[in-house]
Amino acid sequence: MKPRPDDFAERSRHLQHMSDEELDAYFWELVEKVVDPLVELARTHTSPSIERSVLLRMGFNSLEAKKLVDMIFERGLLGKGAGHIVWRIAKEHNIDYIEAGRRLINGMYWDDVDRIFKGVKK
Amino acid sequence: MMPLDPKKPIDIEEILKDLDKYRPRRRGWTWRKKLPEGTKVDRYEYYQISEPLKNSIPLPAAHYFNNIDPQPDVVITAEIASGRFEDDIRRMRMAAWHGADHIMVIRTLGQSHFDGLIEGTPEGVGGIPITRKQVRATRKALDLIEDEVGRPINFHSYVSGVAGPEIAVLFAEEGVNGAHQDPQYNILYRGVNPVRSFVDAAVAKKIMAWAGMLQIDGAHNANASAKISWTVMPELLVQHGINCMFSLKVGMPKENIALSTVPPMIAPTPEMRIDLPYAVALRELFKGFRFRAQMNTRYIESDLFDATRVHVLNAVLSRLTSADLQSTITPDEGRNVPWHINSIRGVETAKHTLLAMDGIQKYVKIDREAIREKVRELKMRAILMLEEILEMGGYFEALEAGMFVDNGYYPERLGDGIARKKDGEIAAGTVVPRDPDYMAPVCEHFGYNNLPEGLEKPCDLIGGCTFHKPEKIQFIDELDETDNVNLRLQRVKDMKARNVIKPEVEWYADGWIQLDMTFSLPEEYAEAAALAVCERLGLEDPTIIAKTVLHPAEGTYVEVKAKVPFEIKIDELKLPKKPEILPEDEIFDFVAKRPITVVAATVGEDEHSVGLREILDIKHGGIEKYGIKYHYLGTSCPPEKLIDAAIETGADAILASMIITHNDVHIKNMRRLNELAIEKGIRDKVLIIVGGTQITNDLAIENGVDAGFGRGTKGIHVASFIVKKLRERDAQSSGN
Repeated sequence: MKPRPDDFAERSRHLQHMSDEELDAYFWELVEKVVDPLVELARTHTSPSIERSVLLRMGFNSLEAKKLVDMIFERGLLGKGAGHIVWRIAKEHNIDYIEAGRRLINGMYWDDVDRIFKGVKK
Repeated sequence: MMPLDPKKPIDIEEILKDLDKYRPRRRGWTWRKKLPEGTKVDRYEYYQISEPLKNSIPLPAAHYFNNIDPQPDVVITAEIASGRFEDDIRRMRMAAWHGADHIMVIRTLGQSHFDGLIEGTPEGVGGIPITRKQVRATRKALDLIEDEVGRPINFHSYVSGVAGPEIAVLFAEEGVNGAHQDPQYNILYRGVNPVRSFVDAAVAKKIMAWAGMLQIDGAHNANASAKISWTVMPELLVQHGINCMFSLKVGMPKENIALSTVPPMIAPTPEMRIDLPYAVALRELFKGFRFRAQMNTRYIESDLFDATRVHVLNAVLSRLTSADLQSTITPDEGRNVPWHINSIRGVETAKHTLLAMDGIQKYVKIDREAIREKVRELKMRAILMLEEILEMGGYFEALEAGMFVDNGYYPERLGDGIARKKDGEIAAGTVVPRDPDYMAPVCEHFGYNNLPEGLEKPCDLIGGCTFHKPEKIQFIDELDETDNVNLRLQRVKDMKARNVIKPEVEWYADGWIQLDMTFSLPEEYAEAAALAVCERLGLEDPTIIAKTVLHPAEGTYVEVKAKVPFEIKIDELKLPKKPEILPEDEIFDFVAKRPITVVAATVGEDEHSVGLREILDIKHGGIEKYGIKYHYLGTSCPPEKLIDAAIETGADAILASMIITHNDVHIKNMRRLNELAIEKGIRDKVLIIVGGTQITNDLAIENGVDAGFGRGTKGIHVASFIVKKLRERDAQSSGN
């Protein structure tokens, strides 16, 4: 920002008449306006760490979670949800989902992933 | 596991055993249980204390007051950062005994930028790498420690960096009770991509909310980064506001959201008049949130006394306003030696000040009208900043323009703020939109989640997530064969087997000691001389850690740390003999049959009377209790007068107190008493007993008197000695 002198006296003219309660309420009203778009951004987006946290909660260890998310991110499929992909592949092959995740790490089932999530035909 | 034995060190090997199966006993934060206003401890009424501890070490002066150890109502933090969790655990136990119930474990340098979790027990720098094993072992140890002291202990670390959501999961699973979480901290001070920081923060906070963790924000860092920290006060209100509101919106309850607040100023400025209106403005605007009072670290120098003064005044401010947690940075952060002793000193400073100021608001009130204008001005400046952020287009736009941590007093701008690009910095481009079919089959997940219909909870889809089925958690033990706790413990085991020890400051027997010395030299010469002394003493790695110029020419005080290169064999240590104590009944019986009279005084030009009165008076459990008659001659009594009084009263013993030891005046007085008694022909009839803080029995006997009693002596020690000696003498004379 460009340097600027302290113009508090003029700048605050519209606030000076407010009561203490009004000032407090106005402060929070403005904070909410700043924060709302950030909350909406978070609601509609995900990240590698978020997806790893999903896999951790599913019972994968940190090494497995990291590998799976890296592979999914590289394929451009993070927006589907890493847990979603693992769960769906487990269902497809009727196996335990942890086992499905480990097989994905070993390079198996990625054509199924592409078919299901990218609509790629065999 | 077996409960801890206060007489034994904690067994780290026991802690590590079966760690893969250990589950924490609870989740969530615990506040102290406040006692009603007016609760009495011994004779004293308190207004702001909580339930007492089962085992503890009271403040230094407590022994004058029946060793009471009242616990303030405020949670006290100890920050621990040795880099080795096995040593951290030992320090946590020390801190808990002194009254800390919030243990804040600092993370190793660089973990913020580690994209994922770390495993095992590698050593850290300035803190430990936060791993499942380290966290679980620490929680397990804290569970034992909290049983030992009788109060729940809150375990705390950091949910920040580029792996925030994963760390939040780890903490929720492992019973960590509190954490720092503030996306603004990541952005401004860790250079993490702004979008990533906020998107990650929402998930992390939602998980923390489920675990009932207390969240502390990161606003205080603006304070520590600013050139003159009062100028960021308006921005601090804005930063607190953003993190608080964001946290509320993702589902964190208000009572678990704490503001990390630091009184920004320090003397020689008129500190309190700047800090107080700010503290009040903060507490008015953020009513209902929690306040974590952190001490000012921005201006800490390497002078421990200076740091302690700052800490005390900060805690005074907490008592004049309010605080839910009182933090205790090791008071020597300025020289970066967070040693055991300084952690404990920090806890003692907080406890001392909070107790000293107990209920002070009953007598001292802030004049709200007098500070009203200042309070309003601060709020208005913060409001103006928020208005401008919105005008600029929002948070990210303001950030890119360098709105934050500018050194101008808003609305003044110096144009030196920290600017971060929305699409730049570390981990840029890693955030992706959730597709319409995005799904996460786990609980406590923030944001859009296209789950199939009809589920009771999201994780029913997978037969339970780790929050509901902790048995699903995988435990990774060690990944690095060259850097782990087993190797580090080998050295400890080896030393224990050989029964040897070295001094320590943070790691077991690390060898470090601190020396302080004053030279009649100017600064540079004094420093060089201090190092030369260490070299001559055979010490290794001497480093100057602090100095005070006493006068440019007359003198410099220097503090040095250095390493001791040798070990001490514990078997060969000679312990001073403890004075023998007779059973009380035996003393009573003896005195009843054979009355004993003593004369007593503080000798020389010495006005200290407290110690001697405690040895004499019945009220303090002194010798009077056993029926021994005493003639007290007062203070500054010449040896001649004592001897004369002994002759006059036919005393069996002379009790001479000697506190002042300048120029060995105590030694001269001992000799004088002995010589005078010989001259006057009473030496074989009278016991001469001396006492004082610097007195030892050996020193006393060397200088011709019968016994010497040092620090910690009680009436029964002296009474036992007199009775034993008289019994021996009476037996001899009847034998003759």
